[in-house]
Amino acid sequence: MAQFKGVSRRTLLKTGAAAGAALATPVFFTRGALAQDFLNAPKGGTVTLGFNVPQTGAYADEGADELRAYKLAVKHLNGEGDGGMLSTFSSKALKGDGVLGKKVAFVTGDTQTKSDAARASARRMVEKDGALMITGGSSSGVAIAVQSYCQEAGVIFMAGLTHSNDTTGKDRRRNGFRHFFNTEQTGRALAPVLEANYGKDRKAYHLTADYTWGWSQEGSIKKYTEAIGWETAAAVRTPLGAGDFSQYIAPVLSSGADVLVLNHYGKDMVNSLTQAVSFGLRDKKVNGKDFVIVVPLYSRLMAQGAGKNVAGIFGSTNWHWSLQDEGSKAFVKSFGQEYGFPPSQAAHTCYVQTILYADAIARAESFNPCGVVGALEGYEFDGLGNGPTLYRAEDHQCFKKVLVVKGNENPTSQFDLLEVVSEVPREKVTYDASGPDFNPKDGKAELGECNAGK
Amino acid sequence: MDAVIIQILNGLDKGGAYALIALGLTLIFGTLGVVNFAHGALFMLGAFVAVSVNGLLSLESVTLDPTKLTPWGTPAEIRTKLAEEWFGTFGTTLIDYSVPVSIVVAIPVMLLIGLIMERGLIQFFYKRPHADQILVTFGLAIVLQEIVKAIFGANSISQSAPASLAGTIDVISGVAYPTWRMVYFFFSLTVIGAVIAFLQFTTFGMVVRAGMADRETVGLLGINIERRFTIVFGLAAIIAGMAGAMYTPILSPDYHLGMDFLVLSFVVVVVGGMGSIPGAVAAGFILGILQSFAAMEAVKQYFPGIDQIIIYLVAIVILLVRPRGLMGRKGVMET
Amino acid sequence: MNAAIATASSKAQPHAGEAPPNKGADLRNFAIFAVAILSMPLWLQPLGVAYPAFMQKIAIFGTLAIGFNLLFGLTGYLSFGHAAFLGVGSYAAVWSFKLLSMNAVPALIFGTLFGGLFALAIGFISLRRTGIYFSILTLAFAQMAYNLAYSVLTPITNGETALQVVKDDPRVLDAMFGAVGTSSAPVPNLFGMALTGDAGLIGFYFCALLMIGAFYISMRIFRSPFGMMLRAIKTNQQRMRFTGLNPRPYALAVFVVSGMYAGLAGSMMAVVDPLAGAERMQWTASGEVVLMTILGGSGTLIGPVLGAGAIKYFEVKLVEYNKTKLGEIFSFLPDSISDAVVSVSSLFVGGGWHLTLGLIFMLVVIFLPGGIVQGLGKLTSWVRRRTSSSNSASSKSADASQPAE
Repeated sequence: MAQFKGVSRRTLLKTGAAAGAALATPVFFTRGALAQDFLNAPKGGTVTLGFNVPQTGAYADEGADELRAYKLAVKHLNGEGDGGMLSTFSSKALKGDGVLGKKVAFVTGDTQTKSDAARASARRMVEKDGALMITGGSSSGVAIAVQSYCQEAGVIFMAGLTHSNDTTGKDRRRNGFRHFFNTEQTGRALAPVLEANYGKDRKAYHLTADYTWGWSQEGSIKKYTEAIGWETAAAVRTPLGAGDFSQYIAPVLSSGADVLVLNHYGKDMVNSLTQAVSFGLRDKKVNGKDFVIVVPLYSRLMAQGAGKNVAGIFGSTNWHWSLQDEGSKAFVKSFGQEYGFPPSQAAHTCYVQTILYADAIARAESFNPCGVVGALEGYEFDGLGNGPTLYRAEDHQCFKKVLVVKGNENPTSQFDLLEVVSEVPREKVTYDASGPDFNPKDGKAELGECNAGK
Repeated sequence: MDAVIIQILNGLDKGGAYALIALGLTLIFGTLGVVNFAHGALFMLGAFVAVSVNGLLSLESVTLDPTKLTPWGTPAEIRTKLAEEWFGTFGTTLIDYSVPVSIVVAIPVMLLIGLIMERGLIQFFYKRPHADQILVTFGLAIVLQEIVKAIFGANSISQSAPASLAGTIDVISGVAYPTWRMVYFFFSLTVIGAVIAFLQFTTFGMVVRAGMADRETVGLLGINIERRFTIVFGLAAIIAGMAGAMYTPILSPDYHLGMDFLVLSFVVVVVGGMGSIPGAVAAGFILGILQSFAAMEAVKQYFPGIDQIIIYLVAIVILLVRPRGLMGRKGVMET
Repeated sequence: MNAAIATASSKAQPHAGEAPPNKGADLRNFAIFAVAILSMPLWLQPLGVAYPAFMQKIAIFGTLAIGFNLLFGLTGYLSFGHAAFLGVGSYAAVWSFKLLSMNAVPALIFGTLFGGLFALAIGFISLRRTGIYFSILTLAFAQMAYNLAYSVLTPITNGETALQVVKDDPRVLDAMFGAVGTSSAPVPNLFGMALTGDAGLIGFYFCALLMIGAFYISMRIFRSPFGMMLRAIKTNQQRMRFTGLNPRPYALAVFVVSGMYAGLAGSMMAVVDPLAGAERMQWTASGEVVLMTILGGSGTLIGPVLGAGAIKYFEVKLVEYNKTKLGEIFSFLPDSISDAVVSVSSLFVGGGWHLTLGLIFMLVVIFLPGGIVQGLGKLTSWVRRRTSSSNSASSKSADASQPAE
């Protein structure tokens, strides 16, 4: 049975009966029929979370991994299984008995990696299933659209995989939080490693997926490679989902560039990298230097798709299962025992976001979204992988170590595809939120007011 | 200049794939009068035949090594490829050549799929309106792609060309081009040539061509045209399947591959003229080359975003200037 | 959907050539339709989907499908470009929110207008061809619109991130009438009455009334001489030309009307959720409208709405299920059997719901070319035959028994 906004079934029946005569009389829907001070306050013994992940479309596999992580997090919160990262988490507010005495329950939705569909599915979970928090997603467009919906509706949004600066930049919202890193951090972390390996005198050719995330990434990589003395030969936009990128790769050879930067993700990245390698780019010598390829944003699932073509190629990632800190080890152990393979970075960020949200409720001692916002802003924690981490108050972005990785030359298993080259410390990837890349052209981004939906 | 040559080559191998798909599609139009929206799915199935062949050839035996543990505490797995275990270096070569090998497998598999599709579904739609044909084959395409997704997942699965064909060759001095793409271009020429020869020089082909021109009269002559058309459908499925299997080293296949190519292949067929085989082939290569040129910065700086829409733009212009496409006949598919 | 209403209208629904029913029957059916739509919050309750977002969707996609049906159902022109008109309507509406006012009325007017203008331009060119050539032309235009909206036209469409209303938009009209500045982005309203956000069912009733209006207009078009002309296009264009009538102006007119319906649907989408994304213009979205219309029954009045409702219902319901849920459902079976049943049936739900959609769709096209309406018609005539034959049997036996008395 559907419940929305404190309208009981009986009131609804009455409304319906009166509908013919008094259509949409607002009085039936004014608040205060039941004493609640925020939307979807948990009733009974459970609190419901909404997991909004891509179940169809190109990112369905990544979405499936996110969902696995969410289910694991719910288990651990409810005290089942081995507790995972709860034992390594610096906050001890969670006791493994649910949250504030209520069991954690969840509903799932399909974002289809389309902003429309993602918002619709988030709406369904909020309006019909009474979800108090929405989390998940595998692209920045979706994250930004769902985040602004959650702000308007008055629930918390804990972003899943979203890498564009805008999510916590010009489109930041008070009710939205991002644990994942962004293109700015990728640029800051990656550039010094590129300099150490490839020197200061390089000419880079960018192939960029022609949409906001691609532009964001291209901008950041350009900014930080040019800062170490690299030249940008050209930056070419490619249509999303072009499939065959050869017509964009062919001109690279005659451009005089000696580095190819692929600002692609997912299927586009698998194809453009495979095709670039087949054009023999990596065997070329240009300007007396070996031609190299860089893939700024890596994921293990994509590396799996591209197979042996990733060997030796640098990139960055939010987290990797081979990390040896206690938190990561505990998470990999419980995830691996549950599912038989290691988690992806998307799974990690989703798991951590769920734990952080539950912990914020426990510390605030309230389910009220505004309490959660207060508990998360400026929160400093450790033990969830990536070392000591700060949820910065002014833009709700997490600051933590960023990993620079390289495609493994000699993988020992089908999961052992990336090798962590460097764990770039948090200070190096901390930036000023008032910079031009994080604000609209003609103003200053604001988080706005917290909204609890009432 | 080199850049132009490379883009032409590029257009040719792309165009080869377009032409092969469009060839089968237009053959089905011309003979059966059916608008087959599941033709892209046949291309996709062909690609997954290659994926499966590779998967079967590199089946692994798994033994557990209790002395080494994975990070999650289960014994590490030692995987050995069965083909290598059994056949030694020949096994390694076999795995390396999995894509060409898959062509051999694709022929009977795709023929079977084609025949089942035609007998099981398409034949009941000969007399139904084109809209119904489009809709039922569209539904079939969705079903086929979802089945593939359930088996192989949603991620792209890259396939490699045999090591000896994986590098580049110098087409003219200084212009290197991936060997496999050249192979694909010549492969597509061979298949197109073979199909045209088959239709031109065999009795079977003659009857099919006669049927394309005037189905009723051929039927009145007492020739069982239905049976032959069934075989034509199988043939079209084989062409699409082989084109898909050979394309896997160029484009890593995923379950959505068919839909990605569907719109494109229809545009090719319409530009070429419905039911015209030379038209489809010509349009395939022309659109491939135009698409390559549209991607050049020299062009894009004057027409931003032209590479996104070139195919559709060409289709619109051609259809307005030449109502029946490049080589279409009067009266085909106009109602 | 309510079977009684559906069959009532399907009965009243003439297939081309049948005599149109009298005005009274039309009015009665229209009244039943309106009541059924407005009472959705009640009778969708047992189906578990009586929440505003879903019911708004029914109204929006219902409007879209009604409009599509005017074109396809009457003239037989199969357009694969309607998603583009929908998208244009959405963008126009959101821009109206941003520049003029958060009031829904200008947004709807602009959305409908731009949908119509866009359709006029595309229709003018595409209608020079017929048959599959027409379909491919509309498809090409729609794909162009989508590709450009996603990339090059980002300054207008905001690309991947989707066009949104923000706090600092100018909103000239609102500013003129001294609307109070809010701390966050304002929500669409109808002369001050909020339509989204905390609005509960108001947003739904707003959309529902628009759809009912759209349905009424469509009914009038079906019954008008103009509608007859459109049916003539479907039946035989050649013959129409011989009688000295040029079919193209008629086709173009209905194409534009249909585009305006799509624009209206697009702006309704923006009203209940002030955001416009490029994905809603993709050709697969156009394909979905085609599916809705066919599934419900093209060329019938009520069919498109039924189809839209059915597809949206499946979409919402099937995604909710997953292996755990199925496991609970089939837990009454012995373990080994229930495992097998669960793993097979899980292919059809959750992420696999497209498979179910594809299968249902194939079955409908194969066995029920007239869609749900035809199915319900068959069902009622079967029931009627059963009852009437048993009636006549009993009356016969009554006859037979009479002489004995």
